[in-house]
Amino acid sequence: MSVSVVLPDQLRGLVPGGGVLEVGGDAGTVRGALEAVRRHHPAVYDRIVTERGEVRPHVNVFVGRDNIRWMEGLETRVQDGAEVVILPAVSGG
Amino acid sequence: MPEGPKGIQGSAGDVVLLVGTTKGAFLFRSEPTRASWVMDGPHFPGEEVYALSLDQRGGQRALWAAPGNPFFGATLRRSDDLGATWSGKGDRPVKFPEDSGLSMKRIWQIQPGRDSEPRRLFLGVEPSCLFESRDGGASWEPVEGFMNHPHRPRWEPGAGGLCLHTIVPHTRDPERMLVAFSTGGVYGTDDGGASWSPRNKGVRAEFLPDKYPEFGQCVHKVVNHPDQPERLYLQNHWGLYRSDDWGATWRDIANGVPSDFGFAMTVHPRDPDTVYIVPLEADVFRCTPEAKLRVYRTRNGGESWEPLTRGLPQENAYETVLRDALCSDQADAAGVYFGTRSGKVYASRDEGDSWSLVRDGLPPVVCVDAAVLV
Repeated sequence: MSVSVVLPDQLRGLVPGGGVLEVGGDAGTVRGALEAVRRHHPAVYDRIVTERGEVRPHVNVFVGRDNIRWMEGLETRVQDGAEVVILPAVSGG
Repeated sequence: MPEGPKGIQGSAGDVVLLVGTTKGAFLFRSEPTRASWVMDGPHFPGEEVYALSLDQRGGQRALWAAPGNPFFGATLRRSDDLGATWSGKGDRPVKFPEDSGLSMKRIWQIQPGRDSEPRRLFLGVEPSCLFESRDGGASWEPVEGFMNHPHRPRWEPGAGGLCLHTIVPHTRDPERMLVAFSTGGVYGTDDGGASWSPRNKGVRAEFLPDKYPEFGQCVHKVVNHPDQPERLYLQNHWGLYRSDDWGATWRDIANGVPSDFGFAMTVHPRDPDTVYIVPLEADVFRCTPEAKLRVYRTRNGGESWEPLTRGLPQENAYETVLRDALCSDQADAAGVYFGTRSGKVYASRDEGDSWSLVRDGLPPVVCVDAAVLV
C-alpha cells in the first residue's frame, strides 16, 4: 500500500523534496505511517509525536479532511492512497 | 521582507549581550566601553527562547540557544560564528527515554560545566530534569538519578510549569552539584549525580500548610560565586536567603528590601559579597513595588540592600523581571543587565550605579546573558 504524509511548511526544510513523504508497506494506521516516517526522518517524527507517543498538543493530524483526534487517534485506519496531512493548530501566535 | 540576522561578529574584548524572548532571540554587541550596542535578530522568529549561553571554555565560542517552537517542541541549536549560522536545525538531541513516561516541554537552562571539563554541559528542562552532555553538546542523556528520583510524583508544577531552571556546579568538587526547580526546591548531589537529596532547611513554602517542608518549595533562583562555591544566595517565591554550607541550611537576608518576592538574581563577577535582585510586589501582583523600577544590590552578603535607580523609571513602571532576565558580565567595572516582560533591556556599565535603556519594543524578555569575548 502507499500513503502520502504531507508536511506543513515549517517542517519541509527537514526533508528533501517538496514535503510529501510516500510511505508504503504495512502502514495500515496513522501510527504505522508515522513510524515509517520515523525510520527515515526521525527529526520530523519527533516534531509531530512526543516521547510519550502522543501527537503534540498543538499539532493536528488529518486523514483526508478528518482530524484523527475525533476518530481513533493514532490508531485511525488509512486506506491505500490516503493522504495523512500534518498541520499546526490555530493556537499559538 | 527585511534581511535576516547576520550574527554579531565580535572581537576579543567586545561585550555580547544575549536576549531571549517569547518570540525569538536577539544578540547585541558592544565595544569594550559598552557605550552603545548593535542588535542582530530576531533569531528563531516566533519561537520562545528561554535559555541562551556563550561557552568560551577551551578556546571555543559556542553560542547555544534553546528555541521552543509552539507547535513542534523545543530543541537545541549551536552557533560557532556568533549567530551568523546555526547548526542543528534537523536534530532533536534532547529527549526523554520513551519508557520514562516524560515528554520534554521546554529547555530552561544551558549551563556549561566546570572550566576543567570543557566538553561537559548541562541542561535544565521541563518537566524538571537535568540532562548532561560529555561530548561538547553533540549528545545528551538525562541524569538518571534525578530523572528517577522517588520524590518525582510529589513534585508539583508552579505557574511556569514544573521547570528545572537553575544548575549550580561546584567549582572545586566535580562530584557535587545543586539544582533548583519549581516546585521542589533545591536538591544536591555529592556523588556525581547518582543520588540527590533536598537542601531546603530554612526556606519557607508560603503556599503549603507545612511552611518548612523537606521539599516542595518554589525556589526561583540560586546563585553563587566560583571563588566561594559553598556560599549561596536564593530568591524564593517569598523569601530571600543565604547559605554558607552549600545549601544544608539557609537564613533570611531580606534586610531592607521592599518585598522578598521576586525572580531574578545574579552575583558580581569578582565579589562574592555583591548580589543583585529585582524585587516584585507580590505573587498576586508580580510588578515592581510602588511602580518604581529598582534593582537592589547588596555589597555585604545580604546584611543590607540598596536601591539602584539612576536611569531607571521611578513612576508608572509596572515591570516584571523574570528569573533568568538579570545577569552580569566579567568586565571591570562589571556590567549588569536585565530585561523586562514589557520588552525593555537595560544595562549598567558601572556595577549598577547607573543604567541606560539598550532597547525597547522587544517581545517579552525571558532570559539575558552577557560575556566579554576572549
